Amino acid sequence: MALNSNPLTSQPAPALAEALADDRRGAVAAEKAAPTPRRPFGRWFRETGWRHIIGIVMLLFCAFPLAYVLSASLNPGGTLLTANSLFSTFDLGAYFRLFENPSQPYGAWFVNTLVIGLATAFGTVLLGALAAYAFSRMRFTGRRFGLLTLLLVQMFPQLLAFVAIFLLMSAIADIFPALGLNSQLGLIMVYLGGALGVNTYLMYGFFNTVPASIDEAAKIDGAGHARIFFTIILRLVAPILAVVGLLSFLATTNDFVIASVVLSDPDKQTLAVGLYQFVSQETARNWSVFAAGAVLAAIIPVALFLALQRFIVGGLTAGSVK
Amino acid sequence: MTIPTLDTHDRASDRRTDPATEKRRRRAAAFADAASAGWKVWLFKIVALGIVDAMAIYAILVLVVQEQWVIAVAIAVGVVVLNAIYLIPGLLPAKYLAPGLVFLFIFQIFVVLYTVYIAFTNYGSGHNSDKEDAITSLLQQSQTRVEDSATYPVQIATRDGEFFLVVEDPETGDLSVGGNEMPLESISSPEAAGYDVLDFSQILANQAEIGALTVPLDDDLNDGYLRTTDGSNAYLFQSSLEWDPVADTMTNTETGVVYRDIGTGAFTADDGTEILPGWQVWVGGENFVRAVTEESIRGPFIAVLVWTFVFAFLSVATTFVLGLFLAVVFNDPKMKSRKYYRVILILPYAFPAFLSALIWAGMFNQDFGFINQVLLGGASIPWLLDPILAKVAILIVNLWLGFPYMFLVCTGALQSIPDDIQEAGRVDGAGVWQVFRHIKFPLLLVSVAPLLISSFAFNFNNFNIVYMLTNGGPRFADASINVGATDILISMVYKVAFVGANRDYGLASAFSIIIFILVAVISYVSFRQTKVLEELN
Repeated sequence: MALNSNPLTSQPAPALAEALADDRRGAVAAEKAAPTPRRPFGRWFRETGWRHIIGIVMLLFCAFPLAYVLSASLNPGGTLLTANSLFSTFDLGAYFRLFENPSQPYGAWFVNTLVIGLATAFGTVLLGALAAYAFSRMRFTGRRFGLLTLLLVQMFPQLLAFVAIFLLMSAIADIFPALGLNSQLGLIMVYLGGALGVNTYLMYGFFNTVPASIDEAAKIDGAGHARIFFTIILRLVAPILAVVGLLSFLATTNDFVIASVVLSDPDKQTLAVGLYQFVSQETARNWSVFAAGAVLAAIIPVALFLALQRFIVGGLTAGSVK
Repeated sequence: MTIPTLDTHDRASDRRTDPATEKRRRRAAAFADAASAGWKVWLFKIVALGIVDAMAIYAILVLVVQEQWVIAVAIAVGVVVLNAIYLIPGLLPAKYLAPGLVFLFIFQIFVVLYTVYIAFTNYGSGHNSDKEDAITSLLQQSQTRVEDSATYPVQIATRDGEFFLVVEDPETGDLSVGGNEMPLESISSPEAAGYDVLDFSQILANQAEIGALTVPLDDDLNDGYLRTTDGSNAYLFQSSLEWDPVADTMTNTETGVVYRDIGTGAFTADDGTEILPGWQVWVGGENFVRAVTEESIRGPFIAVLVWTFVFAFLSVATTFVLGLFLAVVFNDPKMKSRKYYRVILILPYAFPAFLSALIWAGMFNQDFGFINQVLLGGASIPWLLDPILAKVAILIVNLWLGFPYMFLVCTGALQSIPDDIQEAGRVDGAGVWQVFRHIKFPLLLVSVAPLLISSFAFNFNNFNIVYMLTNGGPRFADASINVGATDILISMVYKVAFVGANRDYGLASAFSIIIFILVAVISYVSFRQTKVLEELN
């Protein structure tokens, strides 16, 4: 994952899981203690009612920009000004116009983002899992040093080295045009440069929770290391693989800097790069088309994110039962 | 996330056995491995290694042709090591680590070292190749047609997709051929030398390339070039600059000004004017010195530096305060439908940040945006155009984006604090606020502090929100580099390196290194501080 120095995308997993898992426990405890007598309104308000007021205020604050963009995407007027009349119209025209303009190939951006994101996520999971397996199950000279180095290297995020990445990619383009500047494969490789690091740590911790006796039993049954890794371990650690993969996918789809540096061809760009240029060029005129693009672009990350939390909680609670 | 601690349990060392058993065990393991690795694994291994090897050999050949010895040797060594790892039995950890390490070495460690190197050069637009290329392109750029030069009858030929001029000497009638950067050499006929001569329609179809052909007469570039406009006659063009290889000077033949190589990477006249393009040279610490001494860079740099700190600090502070407040508010088990509130509250966090910033930019628009037009009843507040308001806008949007994370983190931390501590405090007569202030908050801070530090480091480089919301604007009028009031360091680096016509990779890399040092020092110091915090408990 390229941007895994980023705490907002790479670090929530444990905290999130903890929060939601604990919450579930808390809720169960509350239900058990449930049969309390009905409180008078004044007391109810003083104790919990005011919390709902804050909740509703925050709800408006949180959901408003999202409602606004949804409304803007349904407004045929197409300018910022017409977007201000919230949900006055219902017109899907902007969604169709999104795919019509060849100078702004939204469909291509969408597919590119998906392909690059999925490929990066897959590669990150594979490379990270291989490394985590080695660190967790094998004892070799330089193991502690390796773990420590990974942590230190991660201190200098790729984000800061984008000038060098640009120059390196343009040098590669002279030898292998297919891997150099303006190549999606090249961009995926750049992202995979950050595949180790924080991901390896996340996975390493999880691998350690799988008892080594399972490996040993398989070894006695005649399985080699490759079979143990691919058919046994990888299945047991599936939850953390999913989490790392999804976090990597989200980080990739959110990356603007490296994608904009590496990809110059409009047809090859990702949503972050394409939509930014689209907005900076014609904000006022085509606002509803942009809004439609934003709504479509957000569906997958938001859905994944919401699914992700349940997965983490489920995975961790299942793991603790085991 | 707390910093993962290294596993101190060393399982292998726990059960130490005598060497003979150990040896037998290892042999057994090797047999098991060999038995389980079927022909499919081997096939995969051979195909994958074959692809890597083929690519490496190709790359080495190209690099040898380009005389890039260092990189060629590095690739050769790397590919030999890779083959050794996968072909020699044993070395199991290396087999598992190698794929990730290859990418890590090239795209993380190498680019970091390369960034350091670039920071000490003048690499950028105007200085992006070596001296020889710079001289060639200077001479090619400044050509004018030599008056009353001879007319050379030409044909256009191609070979391997490139275009060449087949030139007939106007006096002797001898044929010769030449192309861009390939001086004329005599041939008997174009077909015999492997060239295809273009017919008229093909010439019409490739006018742009043919018009751009500049063919040196001979190795001495001062003798001039042949160029054609119509594809049938060429004329002699000569540069208004004259290159003297012995004295290493460029002389403008029209004005007589002499430009010398004074070691700054460009030919410079005595009065200090440079002619560009120049070439790449090692400039030592000059980029760093420029960042802090050159008035038109130092001013904006310091302003950006201060704002970066203010922005990162306020981002963490505001999101943490709001997140913690909400975590406390929604931490009441008696409250109904907390679950639904929670899902809505993390929506901003789930929404892609670059999209949120762009949407907020629309809502903050001075003339048409929702905030001015609807919420403020048609006011005309320059949210994104006034330096102070733009900063406020960035903080508001960042609060919107960032508080859900803090909310989740704080909720988790609060719920992990055991209830009996709180009960004990209450029994001792402390009020709700006192329990929170003196018991819960310090406990919470212990687990949350490392997250606050990494959140600070993240916001220090929070490129997307700044670039998408304000584009760093409003721009400083007096700066020589393209920066504005809301730019943070990372967006300034991006603009110096990639936005606008004047790109300065050297200066941008120098800024990158400054950022890294700042973040590293701050993180180190504050992690030490939090250790102190932990010991307090």
